[in-house]
Amino acid sequence: MRRFLRPGHDPVRERLKRDLFQFNKTVEHGFPHQPSALGYSPFLRLMAIGTRSGAIKLYGAPGVEFMGLHEENNTVMQIHFIPDQCQLVTLLDDNSLHLWSLKQHSGASELREEHRFTLKGPPGSPPSATQITAVLPHSSREVLYLGTESGNIFVVELPTFTVLEDRTITSEAVLQRVPEDYCNRRSCELVEALREHPKNPDQILIGYSRGLIVLWDLQNNKVTHHFLGSQQLENLYWQRDGSKFISCHYDGSYTQWPVSSDNRQPEPLENLVPYGPFPCKAISKIYWQTTKNGVPYIIFQGGMPRASYGDRHSISVVHGSQQTAFDFTSRVIDFFIIFSSEPTAEFDDPSAMVVLAEEELVVIDLKTAGWPAVHPPYLASLHCSAITCSHHVSNIPLKLWERIISAGSKQNIHYSNMPWPIDGGTNIAPDPPQRDLLLTGHEDGTVRFWDASGVCLHLLYKLSTVRVFLTDADPNDNMNTLGEDEWPPLRKVGTFDPYSDDPRLGIQKIYLCKYSGYLAVAGTAGQVLVMELNDEDAEHVVDHAEADLLQDQEGYRWKGHEKLKTRDGAVRFEAGFQPFVLVQCQPPAVVTSLALHSEWKLVAFGTSHGFGLFDHQQKRLVFVKCTLHPSDQLALEGPLSRVKSLKKSLRQSFRRIRRSRVSSRKRRGGSGNAAEVQEANAKFDQDALQEMELAPVQRKIEARSAEDSFTGFVRTLYFADTFLRDSSRHCPSLWAGTNGGTVYAFCLRVPPAERRMDEPVRAEQAKEIQLMHRAPVVGILVLDGRSTPLPEPLEVAHDLSKSPDMQGSHQLLVVSEEQFKVFTLPKVSSKLKLKLTALEGCRVRKVTVANFGSCKTDDYSENDLAVLTNLGDIQIISLPFLKLQIRYPCIRKEDVSGIASCVFTKYGQGFYLISPSEFERFSLSTKWLVEPRCIVDMPEVTSNNHVHNKSGMENAARKSRSSGDYGEDERKSGRLMEHALLNDEKVLKEIQSTLEGGR
Amino acid sequence: EFRRFSLERSKPGKFEEFYGLLQHVHKIPNVDVLVGYTDIHGDLLPINNDDNYHKAVSTANPLLRIFIQRKEDADYSAFGTDTMTRKKNVLSNVLRPDNHKKKPHIVISMPQDFRPVSSIIDVDILPETHRRVRLYKYGTDKPLGFYIRDGSSVRVTPHGLEKVPGIFISRLVPGGLAQSTGLLAVNDEVLEVNGIEVSGKSLDQVTDMMIANSRNLIITVRPANQRNNVVRNSRTSGSSGQSTESSLPSSTPNILANFLQEEDESDEEDIIIEDSGEPQQIPKAASTSESLESLTQIELLHESTQNGFLPSTEMNLSHSAGSISMEYEVRDPDHKSLEEDGTIITL
Repeated sequence: MRRFLRPGHDPVRERLKRDLFQFNKTVEHGFPHQPSALGYSPFLRLMAIGTRSGAIKLYGAPGVEFMGLHEENNTVMQIHFIPDQCQLVTLLDDNSLHLWSLKQHSGASELREEHRFTLKGPPGSPPSATQITAVLPHSSREVLYLGTESGNIFVVELPTFTVLEDRTITSEAVLQRVPEDYCNRRSCELVEALREHPKNPDQILIGYSRGLIVLWDLQNNKVTHHFLGSQQLENLYWQRDGSKFISCHYDGSYTQWPVSSDNRQPEPLENLVPYGPFPCKAISKIYWQTTKNGVPYIIFQGGMPRASYGDRHSISVVHGSQQTAFDFTSRVIDFFIIFSSEPTAEFDDPSAMVVLAEEELVVIDLKTAGWPAVHPPYLASLHCSAITCSHHVSNIPLKLWERIISAGSKQNIHYSNMPWPIDGGTNIAPDPPQRDLLLTGHEDGTVRFWDASGVCLHLLYKLSTVRVFLTDADPNDNMNTLGEDEWPPLRKVGTFDPYSDDPRLGIQKIYLCKYSGYLAVAGTAGQVLVMELNDEDAEHVVDHAEADLLQDQEGYRWKGHEKLKTRDGAVRFEAGFQPFVLVQCQPPAVVTSLALHSEWKLVAFGTSHGFGLFDHQQKRLVFVKCTLHPSDQLALEGPLSRVKSLKKSLRQSFRRIRRSRVSSRKRRGGSGNAAEVQEANAKFDQDALQEMELAPVQRKIEARSAEDSFTGFVRTLYFADTFLRDSSRHCPSLWAGTNGGTVYAFCLRVPPAERRMDEPVRAEQAKEIQLMHRAPVVGILVLDGRSTPLPEPLEVAHDLSKSPDMQGSHQLLVVSEEQFKVFTLPKVSSKLKLKLTALEGCRVRKVTVANFGSCKTDDYSENDLAVLTNLGDIQIISLPFLKLQIRYPCIRKEDVSGIASCVFTKYGQGFYLISPSEFERFSLSTKWLVEPRCIVDMPEVTSNNHVHNKSGMENAARKSRSSGDYGEDERKSGRLMEHALLNDEKVLKEIQSTLEGGR
Repeated sequence: EFRRFSLERSKPGKFEEFYGLLQHVHKIPNVDVLVGYTDIHGDLLPINNDDNYHKAVSTANPLLRIFIQRKEDADYSAFGTDTMTRKKNVLSNVLRPDNHKKKPHIVISMPQDFRPVSSIIDVDILPETHRRVRLYKYGTDKPLGFYIRDGSSVRVTPHGLEKVPGIFISRLVPGGLAQSTGLLAVNDEVLEVNGIEVSGKSLDQVTDMMIANSRNLIITVRPANQRNNVVRNSRTSGSSGQSTESSLPSSTPNILANFLQEEDESDEEDIIIEDSGEPQQIPKAASTSESLESLTQIELLHESTQNGFLPSTEMNLSHSAGSISMEYEVRDPDHKSLEEDGTIITL
């Protein structure tokens, strides 16, 4: 107690603590949860993604990323980059506009909010009068045109957001010259689209939702052309030369309109319903891209036949006779095309299509035949199947790293080898200090290997365990296998797959030995697989063993799921990790703990019924131990069966809908899948609500008794070479900790290497410790004579660690959810303890030994315990004296799944899920910090008639604000603009006068 | 058997010596016995420590009648008030135990066999409006039996009265420990748990703290009913009605931290089963080679000196009997542990 009331006042230690520990949330990995808007700047080559929670994230070249958060936490509806600026404007669903800019600060760029603005109408006007529906940043970079629900277009000056009232384009002015009969039929209604003429910045195209499109002359403040559309308008797109534009409509049609000076009210050139003749869904966005060979790319979103494909989220690409409808598994938020931004280029020549779907980012290479997808270096969809567990391995040896990459590259052959097209900004962060792997286990039975060394978390290799088992899901059941002549020509793209064929395949525990390349994975139906890395694909039989954890216990009946059926005979495995041993626990309860000792060639596994040890060299079960308490009936029914009748759901359908947190309630349209998910979610919400109602707001205070359920649940397994029996001889040992506060220690006899295959491994129970507070044991650790944790298997053999001190007396550290206790070995007597729960009321959720290096000196480092509690606090506790060093609030305590997903690294960093698809990376160390650090410079515009200022964007920004400076125009039209300005002094003067007049 | 011997009244010595003397004069050196005497009211009272031994000697007038019974077949009911005025006198009870079997009394055990259930402590350092209650939990025979809830209470702050969130007792389980003590009631506000303030902690945190301390739970409450508060000067315990004189100096300063430190140390020990032997409690890894017992004794002496005062206990026990014997019982390696934790999975 004293240690808490009077925390260490040792000034030396306090100083050292400052050099060792520091808490930072450094970077978010993965895919933003609930994206709602997409923007792209061809000038900066940066992409921006806005989310429903008001976050805005900018991505450029790998390692270049920025994040901003709107204070309002409102949904980001639209994102528009200001042409040729390091600035962007966001529109939120509360109708507020925000100006963000990238500014350099101490050598790196930062994203900051500069201004905010809410458009206000005259007093008494309805809110719809100022509800912004369309935003057009003008290429002059001085004004924004804001289309509203009322049909009026307001003009605001940048960056001050001053409304230029005299320049407002009212719907009355627009309607003045519209033919009577057309005008009578429909009013203007809301402004659906605003598009600037690609060649003439004085003209903007205004599209109203009822179908009327007008070309507005900014100089003379009048309509020059009327285009009388008959269908409800969705979007507009100018062709590059400005001679035509294309409009897309609610009925699934698109229309080409000519723009010429002789006809002020032209008829459409072409009107087409690409997926007709039956009623089609709306085409919500369209691109018309010209190419050198004259065959354009027409790319549009939606437009599928309403009845049969109305539920698909598609984007179609039409190029001459080639047509593909890319079919996404989640709703398409928005997309853009990367095309030639060289202002002098005559054609668009699209190179890639970037699609932001609700659950993933898909980039399609339009230059390569077959339009393959591009493997994104970031924004990985971590949740393409729900993450069920994660495991981090630090400092991977180069050899293993290369082998994993090579195995992964064989899987990625169907990807395009186009370099990542979004490559703005420069990554100036130092190279990651070491190679780190993050392994995620998924519900569909896969393990994904992520490169977690740096800021960009990207997929190296994907391992599937499904092949070992016979599942009821038909492997050929692919809804998207369609023949050549099928119409529409749908092609499934992306990796997000919300369905799990069989939840029993789910991965629960992973253990990778980085020295030997042995990998153990364990799953939901009691399956434990031991794998070896093989650089070639191979066909072999997986040795199969069963471990009956109930042994001679009588009268128990497992009511949970059945064990997985295995495939008979040899199975073909692709290069990478290939299983060679399968142990199936009986009853097939979820594996709750796993340990692998690659030197002794042993794997230990535990479930809610007991634990077992398997010799994967001799392929022999060494022993099993039942940890069930006679009164523990619940364990037998199977933990899953209580939550949800799994069997029932399996019977009904193998396509179980993932119980993701993806909120589909707000989904506007969609039927089919979306509706199913919605239904499942609604049901889940209801269940959760019911549970909440049942739980009283009062809490019962009762001492834990041994009769509590799940006391036998094995929480942790640990191999150690230590003094278990006597202080003269150390021996291999296996330690297991249960939910009921029991620790079992088994003495192992592993034959020496030369007789390893001849003699059996033997095990004998040596000790059993019952913690009186009966809290679940979450960690077991042996400290050597120098009070250093024992090294990992093979660590010493690879000269990466000092061999443990076998002279001094060893100590055993048992971490329960409530206490930390140090015992002496071999005679177990308690030495020290720290009662966390008794003092703080918090419980240990995760604990790891982490090595902390000093940021001041290279030669000092120490081992401490990094602890995450149920309150989301992170505490650092010293070893071996168990003194609380420091604590940081990290995760909200309500975020149970975030706390459950947390994984610490060996060097004081960690990851936890902030949404099903995003890992937050944090660092507790002053020394090991991985965070984005990057610079975005204004790209140089090579123009000879304009004094270009290279000294950073601030100057450039200031400069560009001065009137008449049009030199840094948006590239796609900039060069041509320049010509126009230079060749026509009259135009320049006119623009200047307009702008001055506007002020 | 009757023996008559003399003692020097002015220098009675220690109970241990007296006990030895009794064993010696009766020539029963290895037999455990219960010692009793009749006081001036004719009550048969026990002699089992220095205090009541001295008291007994002082009542000798000049003769002191001492009764000795073998511990195994001791008749505890013989002790107590009015024992000598009953129709059947004590002597016959003592001498003819078979007589007694026909008429079983409610067994009242010796003070050291009592265990405290609860106590009000720290009366001298707490405001009168607060009450610090210690609940002793043994085994699993009786549940602690109360519920807590979130609520709000009014505090006086520099800015005037302010509503702050608090934790309250919401329900007492009938027959539970909390209810049987009578010291806790529904709507009492919980202020501290084992010396740690609960303000700023969530209901779940407080729940976990209470459960983690359930073996020796000390909760400080502001009783909803403030009429039964301890009146400081008379030092009587509040609601139970029973009262005892405190036999120890009351002015000894008591530091909360000290107190808690000792609480911390006095809790239960874990159990180890070596190879496939018998379960044992895990000893403290002490720097000395003292046995568990002697270590315990030392700690206890330490505790009583550090605490320096005796809480007015709920049971009418004297200090030594109440505190030491109870602690001893908990620590006794083979006396209680198996019984308490009879659920150890044996091999």
